[in-house]
Amino acid sequence: MTDRGTIIEINGPLVRARLPGIASGEQVRLGEMALTGEVIGLDGDRALIQVYESTEMLRPGEGVTPLGYPLSVELGPGLLGGIFDGIQRPLKNLRDQAGDHIPRGLDVPVLDRDKLWSFTPNPELKAGQEIRGGILLGKVQETASIEHRILAPPDISGELVELAGAGDYNLRQVIARIHTPLNGIRELKLFHRWPVRIPRPYARRHEGVAPLLTGQRILDTFFPLLKGGKGAIPGPFGAGKTMLQQQIARWTNADIVIYVGCGERGNELVDILESFPQLTDPYSGRSLMERTLLVANTSNMPVVAREASIYLGVTLAEYFRDQGHDVVMLADSTSRWAEALREVAGRLGQMPVEEGYPAYLASRLASFYERAGRVKTLSGESGSVSLIGAVSPPGGDFSEPVTNHTKDIIQTFWALSKPLADARHYPSVSWIESFSDAVEAAAKWWSKEVDPNWQEKRILALNLLSAAEELARIINLVGAEALSPQQRWTVEMATLVREGLLQQNALDDVDSYCSPQKQFALLDLIIGLYQQGQELVKANVPVSALLALPLLSRTRRCKNLYGNDQLEELTALGREFQEELEKLHRKYEEQKA
Amino acid sequence: MKEKEYRYASAAHNGLLFLKSVPGVAFGDRVSIRDQHGRKRNGQVILSSNELVMVQILEGTDDVNLEDIWVRFLEEPFEMPLSPDVLGRVFNGIGEPRDDRPPIVSRLRRNVNGQPLNPIARAYPREFIQTGISAIDGLNSLVRGQKLPIFSGSGLPHNKLAAQIVRQSKLLGEESRFVVVFAAMGVSYADAQFFREDFESNGVLGNVVMFTNLADDPPIERLILPRTAMTVAEYLAFDLDLHVLVVLTDMTYYAEALREVATAKGDVPTRKGYPGYLYSDLAEIYERAGRVRERHGSITMVPVVSMPSDDITHPIPDLTGYITEGQIVLSRELNNQDLYPPVNIPPSLSRLMKDGIGKDDTREDHPRVANQLYAAYAKALEVRNLASIIGPDELPDLDRKYLKFADGFEQRFLAQGMDEDRSIIQTLNIAWDLLSGLPRDVLSRVTEADLARYHHWNSGT
Repeated sequence: MTDRGTIIEINGPLVRARLPGIASGEQVRLGEMALTGEVIGLDGDRALIQVYESTEMLRPGEGVTPLGYPLSVELGPGLLGGIFDGIQRPLKNLRDQAGDHIPRGLDVPVLDRDKLWSFTPNPELKAGQEIRGGILLGKVQETASIEHRILAPPDISGELVELAGAGDYNLRQVIARIHTPLNGIRELKLFHRWPVRIPRPYARRHEGVAPLLTGQRILDTFFPLLKGGKGAIPGPFGAGKTMLQQQIARWTNADIVIYVGCGERGNELVDILESFPQLTDPYSGRSLMERTLLVANTSNMPVVAREASIYLGVTLAEYFRDQGHDVVMLADSTSRWAEALREVAGRLGQMPVEEGYPAYLASRLASFYERAGRVKTLSGESGSVSLIGAVSPPGGDFSEPVTNHTKDIIQTFWALSKPLADARHYPSVSWIESFSDAVEAAAKWWSKEVDPNWQEKRILALNLLSAAEELARIINLVGAEALSPQQRWTVEMATLVREGLLQQNALDDVDSYCSPQKQFALLDLIIGLYQQGQELVKANVPVSALLALPLLSRTRRCKNLYGNDQLEELTALGREFQEELEKLHRKYEEQKA
Repeated sequence: MKEKEYRYASAAHNGLLFLKSVPGVAFGDRVSIRDQHGRKRNGQVILSSNELVMVQILEGTDDVNLEDIWVRFLEEPFEMPLSPDVLGRVFNGIGEPRDDRPPIVSRLRRNVNGQPLNPIARAYPREFIQTGISAIDGLNSLVRGQKLPIFSGSGLPHNKLAAQIVRQSKLLGEESRFVVVFAAMGVSYADAQFFREDFESNGVLGNVVMFTNLADDPPIERLILPRTAMTVAEYLAFDLDLHVLVVLTDMTYYAEALREVATAKGDVPTRKGYPGYLYSDLAEIYERAGRVRERHGSITMVPVVSMPSDDITHPIPDLTGYITEGQIVLSRELNNQDLYPPVNIPPSLSRLMKDGIGKDDTREDHPRVANQLYAAYAKALEVRNLASIIGPDELPDLDRKYLKFADGFEQRFLAQGMDEDRSIIQTLNIAWDLLSGLPRDVLSRVTEADLARYHHWNSGT
């Protein structure tokens, strides 16, 4: 805490100060209110500081104190189930200390320093052994479902002097001493700090092999994302972005979910905070909150911390990845993050390129998404970070810069459609505009784990939908009467795919989560029906006779009727259908004869 | 620090006053100015350095003599004095009386910018408000603590609709009515008077706080007005435990004032010349609505946003829609058919509806009926489109039923009188009357049980 500087100018969240000897990226405290800020530019002895809190009533002449380290995150037990603001202040503690509103300049420790954790040391480590960064020191059972692995900070190496034995420790206590060649003895605790803007190192990258399952048919079956993949959900307001993200957070088969509410509504986070503790994780059977971590910079919170919140979230994700977990980070919304960049760039007088965004928008987006991936960690385990970013294009225009650049970077694009949402078709993921580069890899998994015919049926369903789209144009010009019986059957069956398969009501108890097995059973049922019906139509059985089958309206509802554990009912329905269709066929054959 | 006073400014243009070599002025400080005629103006510091201070003057900088001026830095932000006496009063944008009555005197004064509410202090809004308007209650239900804007256009009856919501809103099974904070920005005298008379004729004027900055008032004051109004709303809701309904009209004029100032300051323009921080700025206002844990009161907000050229993708409605919890969109087409309220159903939405309706709140079938009405109306509009090309006689039987459904939906469900206060049960019953005109097996959004209970067999197929 040396080198005090002086404020020269205040322009909204940007402050210029005389601050010789400061490093770019270093954190500072400003004025009597002790506001937190970060140095983002240097010009001789002048530093440009972006301030995470409102600068109202700050004045030139007040002092600046450097903190000596860049914006960093505390990593250790006690993170899960927590909710933090954009610079990792725990919001629960803030409320306990300061009431309902967030005051300025408050400094609270991130992780509870006094809580005791039951630590089990890594039995393979012996004193005198060579230690590298990222190595496993021991374990703490953080929640019933999540084991927190205590890792040596990635930037350390040296000789292990001492490792604590099994027992209860708090975050102040030393659990290991390491003799480093350069800095002598370093004491390690259950937590360490890491700068958020620097990706955490890993041993090497792997290709993604398993899909990240979400229980949502339009995502898993039609536009899959891999564990370690990057996806985007663009959509105009009211298209259901938040709802879809919450569904993913709820049902995904990842070990840890990090949800970053970046410049979005306060009530949405409350919704998660109130509902998640009551929901159970479908895989571990424990409360969902035990595997969830929230970062909240709502739209009324200071804009500069919004920019930081995304990096905070992804660093947390990497930390859990390094422990060998599969982590999903959901960022809602990356557009607000880009706008925060734009706001700061504008105040810096940087040249705007597209819609006022600075020229480095694309590279910042790319380097953020690049932090996703499936890796071999420094401790030799396999872990992954999957990144899913919501995008809020102005006016729903997908050609705007943020959507456009994001599209170039990501592998899976879940485009939300306003017309579908207006007709209350949810999830409103468009089967025309969405894409996934991960189908091939996912197909291997589905074919091995669920059914070898997955890819074939999936393509049939997509072709059926696009054929119907073509026919819809004809109908709009000349009416449905102009269609041939074949075409009419295609249109009707595409409707069945939409209603019986793609639509999925998040609020429905039975259908909110659909297991991969049920996803395939429904797909198989509907595609089977389409193909058999097609044969009958070719054999001149009138379409109206097919449509009059009472089984048809049951098929439309069977996603809600049969749960994930009632697949044999779906198979039985398929058989029943086959019999009905054969009967119908015979009847018409006889009539002909 | 002591107040500072200066007799000279170095430049003034576009509502901004520049002073050189005024050291140590706080950012955001309130400034009091007296011009050469002795008229008082108000300002706020928007950039401060030892060399240059930039002050935004709420009343503008016309007719200012730079060498004959008093500038006082008051060493405080804009604050609003608060007491229960604010009810029944009329103020300007900075909380000075406009009703010829004395100013509010209170030791309790709060910064009009407020402080951001800690998200975990929020309570999720879930209490259904019955507005008596079917298009809202049935399909886009409002809940206590929600912010639900009306997206409108010039000449559309948004004021009438907002006034009807204010008049009729109540909680089922509760007698307590809302107190109203009414903020008028840039609207005409006639529009403000319409609300005033409406409040007066309903005898609620004593429960209303009005803030007005009309079309001919200085526009920069509009930037402070909604903040002052929300400061009062927060006081009424969270200090006095009242349920507050805030009407902000018209947010488009607010945003235009923001653009005017941003342009003068030289901020980088983004879409349609609005500054990049329009989203954050609007959010600072809208996000002050809501409920707070362990507090009895609430702030429900109905902002009016007129869409320039009826364009919903214009930055003001667009960014509003990203912040608010849904939107009620008005349709010029329906209005031209003399249908009131002309609510354009497909793009309208209430995000908080799901937790405020259903078994214990309204009626068990409500969520599915709303879903079904949306789906059926969307289908019916498609059919109507087709009918306009190939003629209704060419349509299959089912499609003709949909056409009939669309007409009935607009004439019986949407349309209602300006004083007609329908109960939610009446609204749902009308819905079932209409749905019963469609065959049961196309109604896939409702359950078999719903159909058995509410679908009228005889009037059906």
